[in-house]
Amino acid sequence: MLKRIQKLREAGVVGINARNRSYVMPHNPRKLYKFVDDKVYTKQLAEEANIAVPKLYGLITTVHEINSFNQIIHDKKDFVVKPAHGSGGKGILVIDNRRGDLFIKPNNTAINSEAIRYHIENILGGVYSLGGQVDQAIIEYRVKFDPIFNSISYQGVPDIRMLIYKGIPAMAMLRLPTQQSDGKANLHQGAVGVGINLMTGTTTLAVCNDRRVYEHPDFGSALSDVHIPDWQQLLFLSASCYQLAPLGYLGVDIVLDAELGPLILELNARPGLAIQIANGQGLKHRLDAIDKIKTLPEKIEDRISIIQTIL
Amino acid sequence: MSVMRELNVKIFCLLLALTSLGLMYAKVKTLGLPLVPNQTSSIWAVEARVEFDGLGRSSTVNLDIPDNLGNFLKLDEFFVSRNYGLNVTSKQKDRRAEWSIRNAKGKQRLYYRIEVVPEDSVSKSDTIKYKIPVAPVKPEYEEPLASAIEDTLGKVRSESADIFTFVSQLLVQLNDPSPNKNIFVIQKGAVPGTEQWVKRIMYVLEGARISSRMVNGISLDDGVKDAKLISWLEVHNGQTWEGFDPLSGNKGYPSNFMRWSISDEPMLNVEGGRNEHLRFTLSQRPYSEADISQERAKTKQSFLNSWSLYKLALASQHVYQILLMIPLGALVVVLMRTVVGVPCFGTFMPILISLAFRETELLWGIILFCLITGSGLAFRFFLERLNLLLVPRLSAVLVMVIVLMLTISLMSNDLDIDRGISIALFPIVILTMVIERLSITWEEAGAFGAIKEGLGSLFIAIIGYFVMTNNQLEHLMFNFPELLLFILAIFLTAGRYTGYRISELIRFKDLANEEDKNAKTNTKTS
Repeated sequence: MLKRIQKLREAGVVGINARNRSYVMPHNPRKLYKFVDDKVYTKQLAEEANIAVPKLYGLITTVHEINSFNQIIHDKKDFVVKPAHGSGGKGILVIDNRRGDLFIKPNNTAINSEAIRYHIENILGGVYSLGGQVDQAIIEYRVKFDPIFNSISYQGVPDIRMLIYKGIPAMAMLRLPTQQSDGKANLHQGAVGVGINLMTGTTTLAVCNDRRVYEHPDFGSALSDVHIPDWQQLLFLSASCYQLAPLGYLGVDIVLDAELGPLILELNARPGLAIQIANGQGLKHRLDAIDKIKTLPEKIEDRISIIQTIL
Repeated sequence: MSVMRELNVKIFCLLLALTSLGLMYAKVKTLGLPLVPNQTSSIWAVEARVEFDGLGRSSTVNLDIPDNLGNFLKLDEFFVSRNYGLNVTSKQKDRRAEWSIRNAKGKQRLYYRIEVVPEDSVSKSDTIKYKIPVAPVKPEYEEPLASAIEDTLGKVRSESADIFTFVSQLLVQLNDPSPNKNIFVIQKGAVPGTEQWVKRIMYVLEGARISSRMVNGISLDDGVKDAKLISWLEVHNGQTWEGFDPLSGNKGYPSNFMRWSISDEPMLNVEGGRNEHLRFTLSQRPYSEADISQERAKTKQSFLNSWSLYKLALASQHVYQILLMIPLGALVVVLMRTVVGVPCFGTFMPILISLAFRETELLWGIILFCLITGSGLAFRFFLERLNLLLVPRLSAVLVMVIVLMLTISLMSNDLDIDRGISIALFPIVILTMVIERLSITWEEAGAFGAIKEGLGSLFIAIIGYFVMTNNQLEHLMFNFPELLLFILAIFLTAGRYTGYRISELIRFKDLANEEDKNAKTNTKTS
């Protein structure tokens, strides 16, 4: 056991305790959490800063307003319902299509509007929010994900998790939904995480359920050497989120929309650690390298160019 | 996060831990609080009974009562004397009880009773109370005693090195079973083993200008009921008093010797009475160490006692007995979560579950927990289909839990299993929250995740149960509440822990293995 601790230290693997105490607590002051925990607020800020986000269709804040749901989506064939204060991908309902009065979920099961109302009521009641406080339901644009990931993604929306340390992209991974994760790009629920070479935007190693994988568990397709389009734009977009919410240890979730290009899906003040397994590398060496730089440049382009020095 | 602050926290933790252990040590040392529960020791009750025949007129009884007990500590004393007036006089720290009555007729009985416990750390108050005595003046012995003493002392002096060896040697000579002519002269008129004999020895020692005194006391030995007063010899060597066996010359005191009086005056003096008689009886009763230490604290008036929970009313004592165990439960949760990394619900949910187990006992607790959460969960999934709002739904689950508990209680009552009754104390709200959390986790992280968290909570709760019901720990926490500071220090230290959780060693296994491979290939290429 001691030997393994030694090995993990050498690899610079950051554990939960170290993440919380050495990175999240000192760099993410509590008062900044509202920038990321409230997705409505995040969206507003992003729109003001001209950062691309999925369009907000409507917001439901009270049970009474649920009646306006039909009006909000009357001309939309597809949309996403999610809690404004949700965490870990909880409470996100994706509707791909409509057939008569029924709404079709990505796994091709249909639900009626009653079920959606119930889901919204749950969201408002705080079932999915942090600490169970009363919440709001966001209804927004459903991302039409880039077909590039079709062969390696099981339904849902694959996204790119960017770990931004002090405004500099430190590590990245592609998150691919699986059958186990029920179409959600959440690694805790069984999605696949694929490490990305920060310089080239090409995928490297992959992880599923904290174990090394080389193929997508549902399709058996190879996960490495997939090139992510618009990589420089992606880096730029994610680094600019630091301007939006100046959290030192920030997770940025980006989706690639087939028509709109990269969109910021949400920000995360406590990004997880599986990204290390996906990349086959510990975070600590990179974060230390960023810590060593005394004055970090202001300009986003300059920040991105720092990446090559920390790898 | 400066290095300075980190250091300050470390020092603070260390101070907390040392304070707590220091207080604990002081309590064990001075109050004799036991570290192990249910330790009993005995309290000795020594009763002195004075009997005499009244002459039909006023009488005064004067009894020497103990002041300096040697290796014993006085807890309490009682005077039983009907119709008598009592006056305790203290002359140069030597207390005497004086009973008086106008008219004493027929058989009279007076009692003095003292309760004592053995005390190891005897204070050296002896040397403070009694100043160094002035060496006695050499008496004018009469012949033939004068030459007998002179010869004996001279002989002993040549065979001894200091005062104590001198006394020892002298006593051996004086107690010689086949005495020479000189000894025979000295022994004359005093039977060895009596008070008279000790006084004779003292008289001889005066010839060598050695300060000595007679000590009367009682041996508190197991199984002895009627105790005899033992007259012992104490000799001062210029620094300290030391006891000597007047019959063998051995240094020291009889076993379990409790001093009664240090005086040349008679123990008992009765005016206006005759056939006076003094008897001692001993009794012994078991007493818990913790109680004794309370008594001890009272007599010693130690400041440590101000922190004692025994001062509280019994009902509050019971509450604190449980309350003081909760930090230990929290300690289990802290270790399980930050060091081991067991998944569980909420922050203190496992402690609450273990508190519930305390009421139901473990096996039943686990069975009931699984039964109620299981059926509650099933009910929750049924409610799911009714599309109810959150709060009413939670309340519905709550009602369901109470109905389930009621059913179990009634059923177990019918089946004559009285275990079920105690479920009533099970915190219903906690169970309801467990059910709700479980079902949400079930939806979000799947059945596997929910069961993992549920079992993790149960696992921590079981360990918490064992810790929180441990007799030894309960005893320590209740008697030494200063241990809370120690636990606080552990929490502050754990809050600074940034090492891996044990679960992460498994989680990041592949990274460790790859690191291994990388290292190997690196060494190969280099």
